[in-house]
Amino acid sequence: MIREITLGQYYPVDSVLHRMDPRTKLFGTMVFIVSLFLADSLAAYGIVTVFLATAVVLSRVPFGFMVRGLKAMIFLLLISVSFNLFLTPGTEIFRFGFLKITWEGIRLAGFMALRLIYLVIGSSVMTLTTTPNQLTDGLEKGLRLLKKVGVPVHEVSMMMSIALRFIPILVEETDKIMKAQMARGADFESGNLIQKARNMVPLLVPLFISAFRRATDLAMAMEARCYHGGEGRTKMKPLRYERRDGMAYLVYLLYLGAVIGMRYFHVAAGMMPKIA
Amino acid sequence: MSIKAEHINYLYGEGTAFEQYALKDVSFEIRDGQFIGLIGHTGSGKSTLIQHLNGLLKASSGKIYYNGEDIYQDNYDRKSLRSKVGLVFQYPEHQLFEIDVFSDVCFGPKNQGFSKEEVESRAREALMQVRLEERFWHQSPFELSGGQKRRVAIAGVLAMRPEVLILDEPTAGLDPRGRDEILEEIAVLHRERGMSIILVSHSMEDIARYADRILVMNHGEKVFDAPPKEVFRHDKELEQIGLAAPQVTYVARRLREQGIPMPEDITTVEEAKKAILVLFDRRGKKSMSNDSRKAGDKI
Repeated sequence: MIREITLGQYYPVDSVLHRMDPRTKLFGTMVFIVSLFLADSLAAYGIVTVFLATAVVLSRVPFGFMVRGLKAMIFLLLISVSFNLFLTPGTEIFRFGFLKITWEGIRLAGFMALRLIYLVIGSSVMTLTTTPNQLTDGLEKGLRLLKKVGVPVHEVSMMMSIALRFIPILVEETDKIMKAQMARGADFESGNLIQKARNMVPLLVPLFISAFRRATDLAMAMEARCYHGGEGRTKMKPLRYERRDGMAYLVYLLYLGAVIGMRYFHVAAGMMPKIA
Repeated sequence: MSIKAEHINYLYGEGTAFEQYALKDVSFEIRDGQFIGLIGHTGSGKSTLIQHLNGLLKASSGKIYYNGEDIYQDNYDRKSLRSKVGLVFQYPEHQLFEIDVFSDVCFGPKNQGFSKEEVESRAREALMQVRLEERFWHQSPFELSGGQKRRVAIAGVLAMRPEVLILDEPTAGLDPRGRDEILEEIAVLHRERGMSIILVSHSMEDIARYADRILVMNHGEKVFDAPPKEVFRHDKELEQIGLAAPQVTYVARRLREQGIPMPEDITTVEEAKKAILVLFDRRGKKSMSNDSRKAGDKI
């Protein structure tokens, strides 16, 4: 029943993006998000679209898979679009009671929707092409400068990867305990909110206990193998930048430059009015 | 109190690319008071099968009848089915949650909606059946030993007074004494209460000793359904699907190969002991001939 929940949405195919260093992808996603908020004209959005479309095509993940992430945020999308649509002051084109639609409102709502959609697709490209473990690896190495100011980067990333590893185990455990209690007549569906919460006790108590048991077992197993934190620890597959990563960074630079350039270009030329 | 399964199919991930049969055309009937041993390699569909029998899983196709009634009917009370067909999962002690042993055992009958007195008398009875001493009853279940915890969990199912009791590897991870005690308690429930038992186990010895009929599963299909002696005659086929006959069966066969007239179809140590004593008796009258000792030395 509960096992159908999918977490961590890695899509296993072989592509340039899949093979790319996770640090490059993390940085690329950051660049992309920043650029989304720097872009303020149609032409700039053209560049953003080309960049995103290239990434989507290079990833070789079916487009339908990427759009799936959008479903979860349709509600948010609708709210922000309607707020912008109805509450932006400016040249009125349509009025319905106290609600009015302005030309500026349409523009703003449109760009807002575009921004949100691109944001979701952009970050899905990263999570679909990078396994959770690669991601934490990338974070650990990418953020190792922070260690100098006392941030326990290795420990945090180890915690992240253990947490990710435990998700499917706990999902399975939940399924098992739920069934075991249902076999004893437990009911997890009917009743009002308070009853439902109370009915969860026979599920939650064993689940917590087993999570703690697994955690101590794992800690014991790690200590038995002499785990002592990140100091002096080597990797079986160390992250190494390849030529394609260098190329990618070059592309990021050019892309960011172009998007920033567009801001000054249209201001100077006065061709296109600012949005946002 | 019969369970009848007709052409049960169960598919994982139906309609996706990962579609896979967990059960394939499984049919059988379990009559009142039988002791069934269910064996099969890990992943052969045993656990999936038993979850069908109390309605926790719904077959993709096929029918299950309990006492002649179709449990997939719209108006069938599946919740009460779960109290009639008691299911003890693997490592059942992981499901304990109450502050003390006694209230945990009360959980099942309380869900059935009985009065407080009835709930408590059923819990007491169940705890006696698993022979847990009374001084433990008001302790936290988490302070008990592994074997005691398991008994509490089994009592939690027994307290619902099921007519059929299904146990998924009830002895896994227990020491030999704890194992024997639990199996003996199950045998008593079968003998004295007339409860039908379905025992899932990896121990051919335990199955041979207690079951009067064995179901063998492989890759979601039922491959054998016969009394133990008949099933264990097919030791070659069993070995092919990752199982085996009881060790004593192999010992008896080796003895026979050495020319010692052991009877066929020995599946328990008890039987082997009896047969060997009979042989000794017979030969003892002929003042223990030397050749039988020689044959014994070779083994």
